[in-house]
Amino acid sequence: MFAFIVSRILQAIPVLLIVGFISFAMFAFVGDPVTVMLGQDYTEAQRVALVAQLGLDKPFFVQYGNFVWRALHGDFGMSYRLARPVGGLIAERLPATLELALSAALLAVAIGVPMGVFTGIRRNAVLSRLFMLFSLVGVSLPTFLIGILLILFFAVQLGWLPSFGRGEVVQFQHWSTGFLTSSGRRALILPAITLGLFQMTLILRLVRSEMLEVMRSDYIKFARARGISQRSIHFRHALGNTLVPVITIVGLQLGGLIAFSIVTETVFQWPGMGLLLVQSIGVADIPVMSAYLLLIALVFVTINLAVDLLYFTVDPRLRSGGKR
Amino acid sequence: MSGTLVGRWLDSDFIYSFRKSWIAMGSALVVFVVLVGAVFAHQLAPHNPFDLASLDLMDSFKPPAFAADGDLSFPLGTDDQGRDILSGIMYGTRISLLVAVLAIMFSLIVGLSVGLVAGYLGGAVDAVLMRIVDVQLTFPAILIALLVDGVVRAVVPQNMQERLQLYVIVFAIGISLWPQFARTVRGSTMIERNRDYVMAARIIGLSGPRIVLTHILPNVLGPIFVIATLNLGIAIIAEATLSFLGVGLPPTEPSLGTLIRIGNNFLFSGEWWITIFPGVTLALMVLAINLLGDWLRDALNPRLR
Repeated sequence: MFAFIVSRILQAIPVLLIVGFISFAMFAFVGDPVTVMLGQDYTEAQRVALVAQLGLDKPFFVQYGNFVWRALHGDFGMSYRLARPVGGLIAERLPATLELALSAALLAVAIGVPMGVFTGIRRNAVLSRLFMLFSLVGVSLPTFLIGILLILFFAVQLGWLPSFGRGEVVQFQHWSTGFLTSSGRRALILPAITLGLFQMTLILRLVRSEMLEVMRSDYIKFARARGISQRSIHFRHALGNTLVPVITIVGLQLGGLIAFSIVTETVFQWPGMGLLLVQSIGVADIPVMSAYLLLIALVFVTINLAVDLLYFTVDPRLRSGGKR
Repeated sequence: MSGTLVGRWLDSDFIYSFRKSWIAMGSALVVFVVLVGAVFAHQLAPHNPFDLASLDLMDSFKPPAFAADGDLSFPLGTDDQGRDILSGIMYGTRISLLVAVLAIMFSLIVGLSVGLVAGYLGGAVDAVLMRIVDVQLTFPAILIALLVDGVVRAVVPQNMQERLQLYVIVFAIGISLWPQFARTVRGSTMIERNRDYVMAARIIGLSGPRIVLTHILPNVLGPIFVIATLNLGIAIIAEATLSFLGVGLPPTEPSLGTLIRIGNNFLFSGEWWITIFPGVTLALMVLAINLLGDWLRDALNPRLR
């Protein structure tokens, strides 16, 4: 298992280096940070000083080295738009995005898995057909449209839930959380549903097809013959064996959730990283974009690694060293 | 009839399975209606939303015709400038479809070239190209499109931006979708490469590019059309999402996404039709295209018959 982990980490490094290089190339060659930062009036001496301060007069590889070194220390330069350090900007907004993505993922699993199990066991029930119809709609509706529809019904028409922002947050050191206040939790509901709906339908379809497959297998028939209760067959014997692909998809989609939160955050004006990115793209704020790209790459690589490790806990065949 | 080419086609399994599936026929009908409305928007639309002379602010915020104070000449109501929503949707769908089709063509050409080269040459070239594909597939397409869009925006000079924005979007979405084409084409190219006819072509001394383009290419195209159909829905959503986020098409060339974004500002004041009707059009169109793509995949797969 140790060798497996090491080989996976080694595989992840080139990915990070490539993304890091793209990110640096964006930072170094796209746009002209000097003219953006200086504004309209400047003297030649000011320009030269800024170029030297940013290290833009150094050779290419020195600049790349400096970039990596600074990035490793959490220094991604200054935002052109806000004239503040990018690292701080992102750190400020990270908790909002993570809380949103996590809530969405939990919601998707908590509702998607039972729905999938149900439609897998009673595939011809009316409710099953309704669930499948729901999943089709969930896949075809763009995220932002779901958000708009939810706002229209629950915020505008019914007035039950807030339509934007995070509500009141509680600050712990560098982490701000909306879980602890009632307005924070209420503000979370609609964005979490919007973000989680697509994953929910994905999980539903996946669990359903896996359950259909597993329920046909011999060991389920055998378990029936042994007189084991229906509940135990469905949830212990069958569901347990559908978990490997489900964990893969849920894990990989967690990264997708963070990426798709860009859209959800814009619809609900949720003060997270995604909203920051969209605002930065609108004005071509390169340092923010390149830092975001690096961070997302890191998140994806970490998630892939975590998913691989989870296999070991779920699939005993891997632990004994056998081949899959 | 059977005997002529058309007759044989109408008699084929393909058409038979189409007529057996009411989902496929319904979806085809929706796609057809949307397509006609979009392509002939200039001829069919009741108003021209871009003709400033025909706009009247007195017509602004009219609810749909079926509402109590609706106006029959504006079937789906009007927006804040008095533009007809139905006409806006027809013109907008035209732009949305144009961008999506161009983006798919672009990603198809890139993916096809990369896949053919990687599959035919194999070795180090293949390893490098497929590694790039792997890395890109790790990231969601919409994120790639968003970042490419951002970078190109930074490169294009300010005064050209509005005019070039359509091509920027096509490029961004195209770049985000090519890996899937590349991977599929590479797979089938590797199979075709070892077939006898390729060997024969090599023996009579045809050049590599010639073999790839005239002999292998036609044989790997089949699955590509299914992927292209399924990706068309993704491309339409991607364009709408970018436009909704405000980094897509400008209000001077409004696509469905731009219309939804503009309408979103009036959601709270009760003018729901400005954003809901373009949204419903978008959702219906994508749903129909996805269902049609699913059906096409099954119909073209002989193992499922």
